[in-house]
Amino acid sequence: MTSSGCAPAREDQTLCNLPAMHIDAGDTAWVLGSAALVLFMTPGLALFYGGMVRSKNVLSILVQNLACIAVVSVVWAVAAYSLAFGPDAGGGFIGTLHLAGLAHPELAVPGLDLSVPPLAFAAFQMMFAVITAALLTGTGADRMHFNGFLALAAIWTLVVYAPIAHWVFSPNGWLAQRGVLDFAGGNVVEVDSGASALALALVLGVRRGWPREAMAPHSLPLTVMGAGILWFGWFGFNAGSALGSSGLAAQALIGTQLAACTGVIGWLVVERWQTGHATTLGAASGAVCGLVAITPACGFVNSMAAMVIGLVGGVVGVLAVRVKFRFGYDDSLDVVGVHGACGLAGTLLVGIFATKAVNGAITHQGLVTGAGPYLLGVQALALLVTIAWAFTGTWLIAQLVQRTVGLRVTDAVEVQGLDTAIHAESAYDFASMRAGQAGF
Amino acid sequence: MRLVTAVIKPFKLDDVKEALETFGVQGLTVAEVSGYGRQRGHTEVYRGAEYTVDFVPKVRLDVVVADDDAKDVVDVIVKAASTGQIGDGKVWTTPVDDLVRVRTGERGPDAL
Repeated sequence: MTSSGCAPAREDQTLCNLPAMHIDAGDTAWVLGSAALVLFMTPGLALFYGGMVRSKNVLSILVQNLACIAVVSVVWAVAAYSLAFGPDAGGGFIGTLHLAGLAHPELAVPGLDLSVPPLAFAAFQMMFAVITAALLTGTGADRMHFNGFLALAAIWTLVVYAPIAHWVFSPNGWLAQRGVLDFAGGNVVEVDSGASALALALVLGVRRGWPREAMAPHSLPLTVMGAGILWFGWFGFNAGSALGSSGLAAQALIGTQLAACTGVIGWLVVERWQTGHATTLGAASGAVCGLVAITPACGFVNSMAAMVIGLVGGVVGVLAVRVKFRFGYDDSLDVVGVHGACGLAGTLLVGIFATKAVNGAITHQGLVTGAGPYLLGVQALALLVTIAWAFTGTWLIAQLVQRTVGLRVTDAVEVQGLDTAIHAESAYDFASMRAGQAGF
Repeated sequence: MRLVTAVIKPFKLDDVKEALETFGVQGLTVAEVSGYGRQRGHTEVYRGAEYTVDFVPKVRLDVVVADDDAKDVVDVIVKAASTGQIGDGKVWTTPVDDLVRVRTGERGPDAL
């Protein structure tokens, strides 16, 4: 066996002929496994969100997430991967279509010195694109049409996600060239989806009866199960972004765990103080907020800093989910508050805590190292352009979809519930549940 | 004949049913209902947003008994359903003009 894992008889074949690349078996195993972990996050997100909606709409959330995996994966392979990671088309703004259709798997990913096959990297990054689009199902919950969402997700992956991924994740991107640090997508995934969610909420408009009527979660057990799957998958998301089975991956993993934990603590303490109760939904939400906040930072900061970042995430999250009531945008399941606000906090905190002691590859360090405010400034710049591009792009795409395919369901469908009205299914058979109840 | 109607806490249903069987009541009808009394509803909090739940789940049971038994049946239900806590429910009776056993066509107290 060669280092690329190819049998000698296949040495002449293109896929196994990677002369310029050193393929490490351990690194490849970890990145391939991480791709599977990150894929699992989207069904986890489906449960996390599905439990939070009313029982008449739970299936609409689940099927939108499943179909999002299907559509975005195809869009990624056909074109979006090449736009994000293909050879730069000029100015670090967008990639060319040279790798469209996942062509040229024998070529190194431009700018990246990978020890894994480029297709392993493409698969890993595919799952990021999938879950970033899937986050938008949380904003449109209870009123966004299945067809409209899928059209939006496909166009959005090409027009909003791929360019931002190119700017930040591709070493040839214009923000990457300026030294922006985003280890696993605080900017590309979290702030991107948060700003997009705000635009989507504004185009969709508020749900009938919001905020006057109670729209309480129908099954927090589902939500907790989903949060657990997200937490589990996030180890692939963050530690997988080390792109190798290395000490850096271990640091990212332990930082991820600690931040999730301090996120729970931060949310529950503030919630207990504000409302008098520590809640199940609060614990699940706090974990996600901590995970979001550490996402950009986990490969650049030490364990103590990770705890601080997670704690800030939990506190920012519990405060940010209240903002929609003040400004009157109906972000149903708080994508803006949880992903936007906590992603923003985490991205800025990289500018404070990033250190070469954790990651020797970085060119600029955070404030705590005494390196000055350059990195913090670049992080803020990246946030501003990401928010501007994501918000504007999503607003235009959502308007386009609303006027063509249709994005918001009719009032009748919204009242009936999307499950029976659009998908001709219902999640729960309440009639037979009652008949079987003990004591009757 | 009198119709005895009780609205009780759901978890006391088994106790009430057993007490009525011991007393000699031959059958009863129950339904899941929602409502509130002096205890009102309760408040739930999701991500800091407070929702008032006005109606609390209760079980309503109906049983028709002979005039002479009505007072005793009420006492049996009250004793079995009581926890001493707020929200234990109510029991009341109403007169019943007529009663028919569907299978046999028997009428009045014979049909009980």
